[in-house]
Amino acid sequence: MKILVCIAQVPDTTTKIAFSDNNTHFNTQGVTMIINPYDEWYALVRALELKESGAASAVHLVTVGKSDAEPVIRKALALGGDEAIRIDTDSQDPYVVAAQIAEYAKGENYDLVLCGKESIDYNNGIVGGMLAELLDMNYIGFATKLDLGDGAVTVSREIEGGEEVDTCSLPVVVSCQKGMSEARIPNMRGIMAARTKPLKVVAPADIAPLSGIVSYELPPAKTGVKMFTGDNLDELVAALHSEAKVI
Amino acid sequence: MSIIVLAEHTQGAFKKKTLELVQYAAGIAQDMGTTATAVVLGEAGAEEMQGLGSYGAVKVLQVPDARLDNLSARAYGKAIAAAAEKEGAKVIVLPHDVTGKAVAPRVAARLKAGIVAGAVSKPDLSNGFVVKKSVFAGKAFAYVNITSDIKVITLMPNTFPVSKVEGSATVEKLEPGFDDKDFAIRVKEVNKVTGEVPLSEAELVVSGGRGLKGPENWGILEDLAHELGAALACSRPVADSHWRPHHEHVGQTGGTIRPNLYIAVGISGAIQHLAGVNGSKTIVVINKDPEAPFFKAADYGVVGDAMEIVPKLTEAVKKYKASH
Repeated sequence: MKILVCIAQVPDTTTKIAFSDNNTHFNTQGVTMIINPYDEWYALVRALELKESGAASAVHLVTVGKSDAEPVIRKALALGGDEAIRIDTDSQDPYVVAAQIAEYAKGENYDLVLCGKESIDYNNGIVGGMLAELLDMNYIGFATKLDLGDGAVTVSREIEGGEEVDTCSLPVVVSCQKGMSEARIPNMRGIMAARTKPLKVVAPADIAPLSGIVSYELPPAKTGVKMFTGDNLDELVAALHSEAKVI
Repeated sequence: MSIIVLAEHTQGAFKKKTLELVQYAAGIAQDMGTTATAVVLGEAGAEEMQGLGSYGAVKVLQVPDARLDNLSARAYGKAIAAAAEKEGAKVIVLPHDVTGKAVAPRVAARLKAGIVAGAVSKPDLSNGFVVKKSVFAGKAFAYVNITSDIKVITLMPNTFPVSKVEGSATVEKLEPGFDDKDFAIRVKEVNKVTGEVPLSEAELVVSGGRGLKGPENWGILEDLAHELGAALACSRPVADSHWRPHHEHVGQTGGTIRPNLYIAVGISGAIQHLAGVNGSKTIVVINKDPEAPFFKAADYGVVGDAMEIVPKLTEAVKKYKASH
């Protein structure tokens, strides 16, 4: 029972976003990179819990990134996991990322592939679904709970206007979100162990992107806030009606 | 060549976000000199399906298979890919909601189509196929050029206004040739929230933060939301403290919403929270701290104690409603 957890590195959530080269590149100067929170808090931690409970035998981590992604994948290994794979290329195109992981994973017979519901940088939420299609697996998105047993997963997932509990036979790809598990902090033992865990670097397959980012733009700044007090809230409501036209 | 659009429905009824999506697809079709074909999965009434013509769909392809009442990304993906093939479609449009986000990547990978997820504009065809989307959880926008032959877009709900036009769509049946594998996901239990506006679709949202001091004080927000017909949301500390359910959490690691009106009560406005809500058209901030960073991102602000201001605002809304 092998689990593959997909890890992306993203800018820290407090990052002030700026662009360079005439708004064509994200300016990474001074930016701290972290494990994508959905990948870490939910996908990875749940995989570790499944291994600790004996439901899974191995947890492998995979990331698509150049050598600058190594500190983040080491941090993921410090939380747990048996080995990591870094596919040595970089792309903003979700198809390239998914196809690279699929190329690697197809020979490895993973029973369960976990990823976060989306990365907090490009907010696509695409890679999990694409992986499922490319690996010919089932796909359950937006899971809030996941259990393993008898060659199947039982998953609670968000659906339009509610929640659903599903079962699905393995292998399956599941994207994870809040509710799945509680965040962990790597301990000293984990950090020391991570240094010697295998981190395989795999050459990328030849896969052409299907999309590319042309340029970026920051949202227009607010022009200034109009202040009201507890005594003139009627005027606030009037402004929401006649000026903002939202009620 | 046609443009394919997934028209989601709840027991045959189409929601506003679906009508918006159909109209969006029809607009793209017009720009590209073609027409929009809506795909309806599962059982739906003929009249309702023809009615999609009022939002620009010329044709409806229906797959009347009851198994499609539950979401199977594999089956949905297969059906949409079959529709695209039948129509020779080069552009496929889906909603950027839990259904669209599960299905779109399967369709895209299947057809080797580039994808823009969470679009907030029509494609600009003047120099390629460039679509604007929100990135960094709403802190910026990116313009993405899709270079593949077939293109997939998921549209962020509540991006465009919806207006009815004259028209009726023709309805045809589609048989994608499912096999058992397409329905491998077994549904054991469905819990739908009834009678409430889902947060992701709400046009008006009232949201509370730590400044409310405890779950027992949520009544004043519920009253305001009820008076406005708004959905409730909350900040991350509130969800983490289990004052409110997780699905109400908005922000960088919660839901991203873009309502017409977002009223934030007792939320300081950390960058992670702003990321999830700064697509809102109008933001009202109520906070007792005049230095709260949220005021800088707000259109309207009130400095004061929530326990005092919110009930007064509810009264003001009541008064306004009575006179309109």
